[in-house]
Amino acid sequence: MGMTVTEKILAAHAGLDKVSPGQLINAKLDIVLANDITGPLAIKEFEKIGVKKVFDKDKVVLIPDHFAPAKDIPSAQQCLDIKNFSRQQELSNYYEVGRTGIEHCFLPEQGLVVPGDVVIGADSHTCTYGALGAFSTGVGSTDLAVGMAMGEIWFRVPETIKVVLSGKPKNPWVSGKDYILAIIGKIGVDGAQYKTLEICGSAINDLSIEGRLTMANMAIEAGAKNGIIAADEKTEEYVKLRAKRPWKVYKSDPDAHYEQIIEIDVTDLEPQVAFPHLPSNTRAVSQAGNVPIDQVVIGSCTNGRFEDLWQAAEIMKGKKVHPQVRTIVIPGTQEIYLQAVQEGLVKTFIEAGAVVSTPTCGPCLGGYMGILAKGERAIATTNRNFVGRMGHPESEVYLSNPVVAAASAILGRIASPEEVM
Amino acid sequence: MQKNTRLKGKVWKAGNDIDTDLIIAARYLNTSDPKHLAEHCLEDVFPTLQEEIQAGDILVAGKNFGCGSSREHAPIAIKHAGFSCVIAESFARIFYRNAINIGLPIIVAPQLAKAVKPGWELEVDPVSGLICDLINAKEYQGEPFPPFILEILTSGGLVPYVKKKVKQHG
Repeated sequence: MGMTVTEKILAAHAGLDKVSPGQLINAKLDIVLANDITGPLAIKEFEKIGVKKVFDKDKVVLIPDHFAPAKDIPSAQQCLDIKNFSRQQELSNYYEVGRTGIEHCFLPEQGLVVPGDVVIGADSHTCTYGALGAFSTGVGSTDLAVGMAMGEIWFRVPETIKVVLSGKPKNPWVSGKDYILAIIGKIGVDGAQYKTLEICGSAINDLSIEGRLTMANMAIEAGAKNGIIAADEKTEEYVKLRAKRPWKVYKSDPDAHYEQIIEIDVTDLEPQVAFPHLPSNTRAVSQAGNVPIDQVVIGSCTNGRFEDLWQAAEIMKGKKVHPQVRTIVIPGTQEIYLQAVQEGLVKTFIEAGAVVSTPTCGPCLGGYMGILAKGERAIATTNRNFVGRMGHPESEVYLSNPVVAAASAILGRIASPEEVM
Repeated sequence: MQKNTRLKGKVWKAGNDIDTDLIIAARYLNTSDPKHLAEHCLEDVFPTLQEEIQAGDILVAGKNFGCGSSREHAPIAIKHAGFSCVIAESFARIFYRNAINIGLPIIVAPQLAKAVKPGWELEVDPVSGLICDLINAKEYQGEPFPPFILEILTSGGLVPYVKKKVKQHG
């Protein structure tokens, strides 16, 4: 029997010819990532292990992005902790505010992750890099500490669920976000628990790399260990311009074993909205009803890339944000921000009455830069709508793609793009 | 955790899909001080936890406990709030690893998790996964750990386990 793309990558990194689901392996790590929240805890644990240096100073990446630029004194200390550790360990991949952005937007953009990699990150959305055909998964700070020290970590080889998306959406406002919300809506927030979500099909071939990054990013919202989209010509074209290292393309064998195959025809799919308080609580935007909103957030590691901002700007161009609504646009990285300035997107947002923030995870996890008061309601292009995720436990978050969020900003309620175009 | 540990405590019962934001909200993540995290553990789920918890109490939840963020602050908050272990119908993957890694015993026991009521007294053998409901004198078998994971737990977590290996291999 053949192997899936995930099994092939794991086997190659474990020095084995073959692995199968359930097997416990030790895999070598290509990138080990942490941020200002999880990094300080990982450093504390690292210091207990008894090794002086990280396994490879080029393979440990530390990014201040969650509460950075620092929101308060303790957060500033956490940012300083990862900065000091980076200096002391002479890491080549520490990036100060102003030269980075949201980690999962930044690493692919800078070619720090490439197809065929095994990546762990102390951030659950590390699964994003699966969009480039890498095995990439979120871990806690202790696993990360061990990864930094040893350059390898144990995994249980996951079973794979294959999701085949076919067709071409008739609705022009459907994007990768809607595909992944539709998948999560179908299988539930634990539908892929401990497993791989391998996503493929003609709709994926047609999807941009940005759209694929959005999809793999939210694999964790179905409980998956990793989401993966095998690299194709589009991926190689994207990587070619950025990669700092050689890469290797793996594809699933035709006779690979899948625990389950799910087929979804996207022809009639509409933009999706996930209602509070689970990402699986999805409805088509046309079925949202009258939901007035107080805040719109366009950004995050899910939808803070240039294509996302460009689409939102197309909707907002020449229009005004509803007087009762505050709209916060957050470019994912400095490079995206600069391109948004150069191509007039920032002007569009500001003229419409939105604020444009420095790159940060900020409001997505209820950190800062747009916290909700009791009873307030937001629509956001982010990834989680759990109780209290963006602020007060009695606030509400609705998840959508960037064009639905932009249309909602203008009408002051959850709205379809066609209502404003 | 010792090999012959028996944990005994009163049950706090939570529902399905308890995410790590509910366990410890991000607004408290500007520090990783266990005491500070423990003070805000599950505060929106159990508003009276701080006043009423007794050391050794047992947290029982439904399916997908610990879903969401990778924050290890979540099992740290639970451990330092005084819970001796967590039992659930199922756990989200990163939380599961994190709990083992910091030496917080967790047990998958769907039958017990469905049957148990808040306030019941349980006795738990985290090594064998055997759980005794002391109120009704009924036993439940949770899923035992694979030997490798048990070794991490009995070493006191992943760091002591790895430290041992590092020492052995010079």
